[in-house]
Amino acid sequence: MSEHALRSVVSIHRSEADDPTSPVQRFGPDEPLMLDAGVALAPWQIAYQTYGTLNEDRSNAILVCHALTGDQHVANRHPVTGKPGWWETLIGPGRPIDTGRYFVICANVIGGCLGTTGPASTRQDTGGPWALDFPLVTIRDMVRAQAMLVDRLGIPNLFCVVGGSMGGMQVLQWAVSYPERVFAALPIATGARHSAQNIAFHEVGRQAIMADPDWRRGRYLDEGVRPGKGLAVARMGAHITYLSESALHRKFGRSLQNRAAPTFSFDADFQIESYLRHQGSSFVERFDPNSYLYVTRAMDYFDIAADYDGQLARAFRGSPTRFLVMSFTSDWLFPTRDSRAIVHALNAGGAQVGFVEIETDKGHDAFLLDEPEMFAAARGFLDAAAVARGIA
Amino acid sequence: MSPARKTDVARAATLAGDRARAQSVFSPPPLEDARKDHLLVAGMVEPGSRVLDVGCGDGLLLALLREHRGVDGRGIELSREGVSHALARGLAVIQGDADTDLADYPDDSFDYVILSQTIQATRQPRVVLEHMLRIGRRAIVSFPNFGHWRVRWEIGVRGRMPVTDNLPQSWYDTPNIHFCTMRDFVQLCRELGATIEQAHALDAWGRPVRFNLPWWFWNMFGQQGVFLLRRRDVG
Repeated sequence: MSEHALRSVVSIHRSEADDPTSPVQRFGPDEPLMLDAGVALAPWQIAYQTYGTLNEDRSNAILVCHALTGDQHVANRHPVTGKPGWWETLIGPGRPIDTGRYFVICANVIGGCLGTTGPASTRQDTGGPWALDFPLVTIRDMVRAQAMLVDRLGIPNLFCVVGGSMGGMQVLQWAVSYPERVFAALPIATGARHSAQNIAFHEVGRQAIMADPDWRRGRYLDEGVRPGKGLAVARMGAHITYLSESALHRKFGRSLQNRAAPTFSFDADFQIESYLRHQGSSFVERFDPNSYLYVTRAMDYFDIAADYDGQLARAFRGSPTRFLVMSFTSDWLFPTRDSRAIVHALNAGGAQVGFVEIETDKGHDAFLLDEPEMFAAARGFLDAAAVARGIA
Repeated sequence: MSPARKTDVARAATLAGDRARAQSVFSPPPLEDARKDHLLVAGMVEPGSRVLDVGCGDGLLLALLREHRGVDGRGIELSREGVSHALARGLAVIQGDADTDLADYPDDSFDYVILSQTIQATRQPRVVLEHMLRIGRRAIVSFPNFGHWRVRWEIGVRGRMPVTDNLPQSWYDTPNIHFCTMRDFVQLCRELGATIEQAHALDAWGRPVRFNLPWWFWNMFGQQGVFLLRRRDVG
């Protein structure tokens, strides 16, 4: 990256972290965010987007929870990348989450880098970025922050909380932490805990960032550098886990990139190499490396049953929420057995739960893609829940 | 034990609670259009009870039970399409398999566990029935009667595996791998120590065979059997 490009990336990041292209709710010293790490974070802020209109009964609000590297720009053009919203397949006028019918909220998670307080945000006391002085956050902290936002917006109860992957973890945590405030829950391609294999992949990503000489023990923003190479490698490794062997074979096979024969070098001869390099470099332009460390850690710590003597069913006992759990056949990051464990626990806890496994070869990423069966199930579930909730 | 009299379906229907009606999302067809075997099953279920329907298809029976019996229902269905339809009716249905998934359910978690036209397609019918009687206080099982005279005619006289309106698939592509007659089923219930509270034979049109007749007659002329079972140890 050239000196000029680096400066522009860094300045965009600093400004999106503190003054994002989104509405922001700010909480002062009297309204700290109480973190699981035992820290009262204050002041702090949360950036969010909304779509549609809150009805008179305030009963039609849907909270969308984003995944690891997602953000609040779920159904609008992204201010940094210029790309469409990350879940416009599911959310928008006439979509299963119909913005003509529901009031949709999506907020950047605590620890993120697009306007909610995180390691790239400016500390009020020092005037410098938090970097590694930012306390470790958990999925439950993310949900607490969202609950304070929802309170601030004057919404007593959510009609539905929906999300995939890390977003699905937040959905489950919402149902456990605030059962009376969640009428319907739609966790997709997720688990009630992060597996050893998933923690392992995250650790590889974190080590790649920390091994980059420009990481500078997390103080790269102060020193005007950026561990882009490390972050790109982290993203490349993680991206493989979002796909499936058969989808990789279908899309790339052993095809060569703009050449007739191998070059006998370490150039990106294969299309898959070129594709991964592109994924890595484009990610660097929109994501803060320290944020990646924090948010992956939050997923690693996630284990709902741990708070209930290892019994997941106890977490959901007597839950008034109706659930629809969905998984994908080729997802090996959050395989169907993880979803079945959730369903099993919900059933044992007496909750109302539906479950569908969607047939696809697109792996974990399928939840973000055009999957008609997923849309049909989500639409049926939401429509029925809306009638039960009395939403026109 | 003797076969019960014809169930008073009409009386069952009038017991429907207004609460259930108000809660319902997508109405099942009016009662007079409902399937006869569904009406019979609905008549066996106490209003307001908890029901698990194993192999619930598109959820039509569960919707009927919710609407007309105020039942809190759950379903298991193998086909994705069936699950999607059931979800759209506002039902809590999970994609799953009777042979593998019943083991996950806790003891006594339902008042009734229903297995409708499915037991002959399971790999281990005896294990499935044991789980049903463990999970529910009562079990309702309906199945095609392999002792029906048409079946006997096909095998006994024509020497062919039967292909009838009720059992339309050939032997090589049928999902039905464990056929039984009504008498076989009664024998299995005895072995499992289950009490048969009600038993009905349905004719080709799904109507109860009207008269209180001896078993051999039912086993010959009933096209389907519908049984309400109770675990010995519960009242």
